[in-house]
Amino acid sequence: MQLELTGITKSFGSLVADDHVDLVVKPGEIHALLGENGAGKTTLMNVLFGLTHPDSGEIKIDGEAVHFADPGEAVRHGIGMVHQHFMLVPVFSVTENVILGFEPTHGPDFIDRRKARAQIRTISSEFGLEVNPDAIVEQLPVGIQQRVEILKALARDARLLILDEPTAVLTPQETETLFGIIRSLAKSGRSILFITHKLKEVLALADQITVMRLGKVVGSTTPKETSESELASMMVGRSVELVVRKDRAKPGEDVLTVEGLTVHDERELTVVDQMSFNVRGGEILALAGVQGNGQTEVVRALTGLVAVVAGHIKLLGVDITNAKPRARLRSGIAHIPEDRVRDGLILTMTIADNLVLDIFDVPPHARFGSRNLGEIEQNAKDKLREFDIRASSPEVLVSTLSGGNQQKVIVARELSRPTKLLVASQPTRGLDVGSIEYVHRQIVAERDRGTAVLLVSSELDEVLALGDRIAVVYRGQIVGVVDPSVGREKIGLLMAGVTDSEDEGVAASPATVANA
Amino acid sequence: MSDTLATDPAAGAAAAGGADAPPKARRDWERYFRWMIEANVVVVTTLAIVSALIVGAILIIVTQPTVLHAWGQLFSHPGKTVSVTFFTVGDAYRDLFTGSIVDPFVFGHAVRTGQGWIAALTPISETLRETTVLSLAGLAVALGFRTGVFNIGAQGQVIAGAMAATYVGFEVHAPIGIHVPLCIVAGAAGGALAGFIPGILKARTGAHEVIVTIMLNYVILDLLLYAITTQPFQQPGQQNPISRTVPTTARLPHIFGPNLRVNAGIFIAIAVAIAVAWLLRRGTIGFSFRMVGANPNAARVAGVDIARATILVLTISGAIAGLAGMVQLSGTDYFLSSGYGGNVGFNAITVALLGRNRPLGVVLGAMLFSALDVGGRYMQGTTTIPLDLTQVIQAIIVFFVATPGLVNEVYRIRGRNVGQSTLTQGWSA
Amino acid sequence: MTTVALPVKGEERYVSSEARIISDARRRGMGIALVLISLLMLFPFGVDVSRHDQTTFFLSTGTSVNISPLTFGVRGVSIGLAIACAALGVILFATGRFGRVFVIFSIGIAMFLWSFLAWAARGQTLNLVGVIGVTLISAIPIIFGSLSGVMCERAGVINIAIEGQFLIGAFLAAMVASASNDLWLGLFVGALGGGILGALLAFLSIRYSADQIIVGVVIVAFATGLTNYLTLTLLAPYQNTLNAGYVFGNWAIPLLDKIPIIGPDVFDQNIFVYMAIVLLVAIQTGLFRTRWGLRVRAVGEHPEAAETVGIKVLRVRYRNVILGGVIAGIGGASFTIGSIGEFSAGMTAGLGFVALAAMIFGRWRPYGGLVAALLFGFANSLQSTLAVLNVPINSNFLTMAPYVITIAVVSGLVGRVRAPAYDGKPYRPQ
Repeated sequence: MQLELTGITKSFGSLVADDHVDLVVKPGEIHALLGENGAGKTTLMNVLFGLTHPDSGEIKIDGEAVHFADPGEAVRHGIGMVHQHFMLVPVFSVTENVILGFEPTHGPDFIDRRKARAQIRTISSEFGLEVNPDAIVEQLPVGIQQRVEILKALARDARLLILDEPTAVLTPQETETLFGIIRSLAKSGRSILFITHKLKEVLALADQITVMRLGKVVGSTTPKETSESELASMMVGRSVELVVRKDRAKPGEDVLTVEGLTVHDERELTVVDQMSFNVRGGEILALAGVQGNGQTEVVRALTGLVAVVAGHIKLLGVDITNAKPRARLRSGIAHIPEDRVRDGLILTMTIADNLVLDIFDVPPHARFGSRNLGEIEQNAKDKLREFDIRASSPEVLVSTLSGGNQQKVIVARELSRPTKLLVASQPTRGLDVGSIEYVHRQIVAERDRGTAVLLVSSELDEVLALGDRIAVVYRGQIVGVVDPSVGREKIGLLMAGVTDSEDEGVAASPATVANA
Repeated sequence: MSDTLATDPAAGAAAAGGADAPPKARRDWERYFRWMIEANVVVVTTLAIVSALIVGAILIIVTQPTVLHAWGQLFSHPGKTVSVTFFTVGDAYRDLFTGSIVDPFVFGHAVRTGQGWIAALTPISETLRETTVLSLAGLAVALGFRTGVFNIGAQGQVIAGAMAATYVGFEVHAPIGIHVPLCIVAGAAGGALAGFIPGILKARTGAHEVIVTIMLNYVILDLLLYAITTQPFQQPGQQNPISRTVPTTARLPHIFGPNLRVNAGIFIAIAVAIAVAWLLRRGTIGFSFRMVGANPNAARVAGVDIARATILVLTISGAIAGLAGMVQLSGTDYFLSSGYGGNVGFNAITVALLGRNRPLGVVLGAMLFSALDVGGRYMQGTTTIPLDLTQVIQAIIVFFVATPGLVNEVYRIRGRNVGQSTLTQGWSA
Repeated sequence: MTTVALPVKGEERYVSSEARIISDARRRGMGIALVLISLLMLFPFGVDVSRHDQTTFFLSTGTSVNISPLTFGVRGVSIGLAIACAALGVILFATGRFGRVFVIFSIGIAMFLWSFLAWAARGQTLNLVGVIGVTLISAIPIIFGSLSGVMCERAGVINIAIEGQFLIGAFLAAMVASASNDLWLGLFVGALGGGILGALLAFLSIRYSADQIIVGVVIVAFATGLTNYLTLTLLAPYQNTLNAGYVFGNWAIPLLDKIPIIGPDVFDQNIFVYMAIVLLVAIQTGLFRTRWGLRVRAVGEHPEAAETVGIKVLRVRYRNVILGGVIAGIGGASFTIGSIGEFSAGMTAGLGFVALAAMIFGRWRPYGGLVAALLFGFANSLQSTLAVLNVPINSNFLTMAPYVITIAVVSGLVGRVRAPAYDGKPYRPQ
């Protein structure tokens, strides 16, 4: 279909999310929408999909002006969306998720499961989206879940497919497969609009690229006519350092030693499988891997939030395998959690209180069970200055801060204690470029102070930029520990489970640490 | 409740961002004025009370035969309809007031003649006496709410405290200076035990405290009935389910002489209110409670032991409710009876909500509700309107207070600090 | 072929997430519990009983096919059952297969109950049919309450107000039936009253995102106060016209009521029993086999996803909560016009909350709630049964028993439950 967006404007209160955005997607075109977090891409897509209504502007499909009151209407006009955070009901099966809202029925209202399964099988094979119709979605790996999302859209005869950050959860190999699917969809006449902040993908896949910044369209071009650095500049508005400045690491003693770590999930399935690694003081060990391979559970085991089934964790020789979270924090572990809003901050409390969340009951912030409010406030003032947190006062609620500033509060809190080990889990997720740079600098600075840093990230660029050594996680095991110089290709293979000395397609065997 | 459901205009204005700041003096006036006319705690509460009184009036009209009869003659004698309605409702509400606070005439008489003080001060004395118990129970529930825990078992904990205090009253023989403090300790201990049970069940097994506490209420009620028939509670020769009365050494002394029933329990209530306020604002344990109530995930990551906090808060909450039971028993009743405590459990919840889970608010709310109760009893005596009307009024007040958005819509006022964050964490532990 | 990043060891079976995941520790605990219970059966109920004591269970009554009463020696039977129960306990302790755990546990419990009844009635007779009957009748309001809870919570709204809906339903049904001499009208108005309270809950919690548990508690307080007040002002003075105590008569279903043992209990009852059965089946099939049910569950599990496929989340919630209120209203009516007739203050005795426990026990499934309701009903029936048998247990403890059992159920047997994912969370469409 031919899609035209003209002058789309949407504001939320005083924040203008989209500012007179124009966009044209031709039939069979793969169109990339590029921009950093907060640029207005997702809002634009929500408008297009009928999830929200524009304040002004027009949407035309095949020349005809349309207005979507709700997603149902958008779907009826042939728009399908694959959301960044999947819109799948976790406890339903694949079939149930795909047919939701368009269920085939027989009798009074009974769902015709046979017909549903047949429908799914048809579309599945047509586009190479293999999936088991009876599988329960939450038990599926993320890459397969994404296929279900795509199936959902195709099952409704989508002529324009919107993909919102589709590769965030895929290995490089899975990304290639996805690209193949996208290309074949485009060949069949469908238009593809995909949203991303990853420059390399855009250059590899797109026919047309539109760049957004702060709600406005700042450029439209093709891969032939531009380059990574040019795109990055357009995205951010200034020339951007794509590489983090970092001296060589001077590693010292082993600070963190993990041996044979095994963790189960609530269903008693093994998610961390006899993992062993160590981190030395003054170095950054990056735990790389696609989300869902056990990294989250490793962090939870390290911080004491989940029980360990087997194995040992030692901090400077002291066994902390069964220590409570509080004891671990006290013995020098700092933790930047993956989900800052859920685990790192209490939104309804002030910045001052959030800055002492884990030390509120020790001197000087409290004595004999009584909190020293003056001390807490002073501490907050100091930290606001030291870490450049943009807020009008320390007594302001953390919920009013931007994502970047919220992360700064967490960083300020965690790095203000004497730290032996810093565990940073997806520390720059959802942040704007300025904040990303800031967090990276802080992590490197911490490393240079002699702290051992364990960085867990699914962003390959971040891993390559920050890691002194890179340990790749696959299926709960470490399949290789490499130097960043081995390159993306090799690391990507490891992330997909392919190790040295084997050809593609053979799964990895358990590997333990080799100090680089 | 939101940890910062700000009653403080300063916090609200600061939160709105001070980037565009007019000069400070003018800003203060403006801020205050806007605060007054926008939906905030004072306005919402006042409107809630007004609405409840209106509904109460309707109920009176509908259930009083004389008024209904007058309405039947609406078209023939409209004047009579209005006057009967007006006077019936007016009398009822006037009795509510004079029965709970003061009757201006009686008071004036006492001032003029120096006599009849007892009669003049009895209403307020009664109200204060009830406030003592209700505020303790309300504090117990409010503390739980701040920690994200629903203590619906105040009823049972009150009874447990009363039973323990009664037991010590019977079994210990000591002068009042020792006996009463022992009873206080017993009351707190009894309530603490009744709070500990749901606490540890929730911490260890994930059992939802709403169900456990409510079930425990019924269990304790039955235990009470059983206990009344055994030693040392049993009243010899008594057919009704009533226990013996505790000796005078176990009773809280009246502080204004024998004819006014307000008793030393009021000091206990004040002390506990101050203690809870301090705990929440300055205490480290209180801070950990607030963390758990606001975001248990982040609290856990920050090192707070959620299980321990749950057990601790329910035990403390139970202890405070147990104190309420002790005060009621040792200060007023002096004996146990079936169904002891009446509705104090639910009233405590509504009072906690009314006070936005803040100690001062809870105490004020308790005063309001006690006034309604005491006045209601007086009203029941002088008119044909039963006490239960006041319960309806109380519930409606809480409806409006618990849903501030509703007040906004009904009365078309602009809401600012009315964000209601939900306490509910569902059924999973 | 893309490689799959799935950290799974062992079987790659796809298990329905709604199946009961029972941890090893809990299963072993249940096994130990059975063994301990069997000790109880072995000694006080078995070995300590004289060889000559016999019990007679009456197995038929009224219209059912006549089966001659069952007489057996208490000692032998108890010891035999004790051994069998202990064996089951050991099996549970040693191994566990999905789904069988609860079945085995229930069989063990059933053995215990049989032995207990035999012991209690030694030397006397026990009308087993009667016991089952009382069990069923006591369970009825809980069944309605648990169905109401399921309807609301599957759509994502917690309904604590069931107790209040019961009270209003009971009150209105009795009053209107009395005043109009029409039982059906009473039933209708009772259901309507429940529906109105449901609408109130829906309105306040959906529209204003008020905390659902708080709103529920307040509704209960309101309903309690209101019914108490109106009982005193209306029902007491006008007893004859407004609280005459009419009750639905029983309808026997021919043929079915002749089924041995349970026939008369189930099929010679009043309309509430039949309605409960119909609703149980309807809601169970509805939720899990129909389009309607799929959409309701989607709303409760992931309202955003539902919204993106065109389901109107708010509308679904309103509908379900109001329907849930209606069902609870009917359940309330069963207290009066389905049972003893007159309304009295506080007659629901906390069963609205017990129904919530039943719903949780039943994993938010209608049939599951039924089992919990029967358990509670049985505990209730013990009161009268044991009194008749002159068993020397204080009546207060017997009254307590159902509530204690509920606590045990909620903490012991249920464990970590999995409510619908968005249960209790207000939904704000953009």
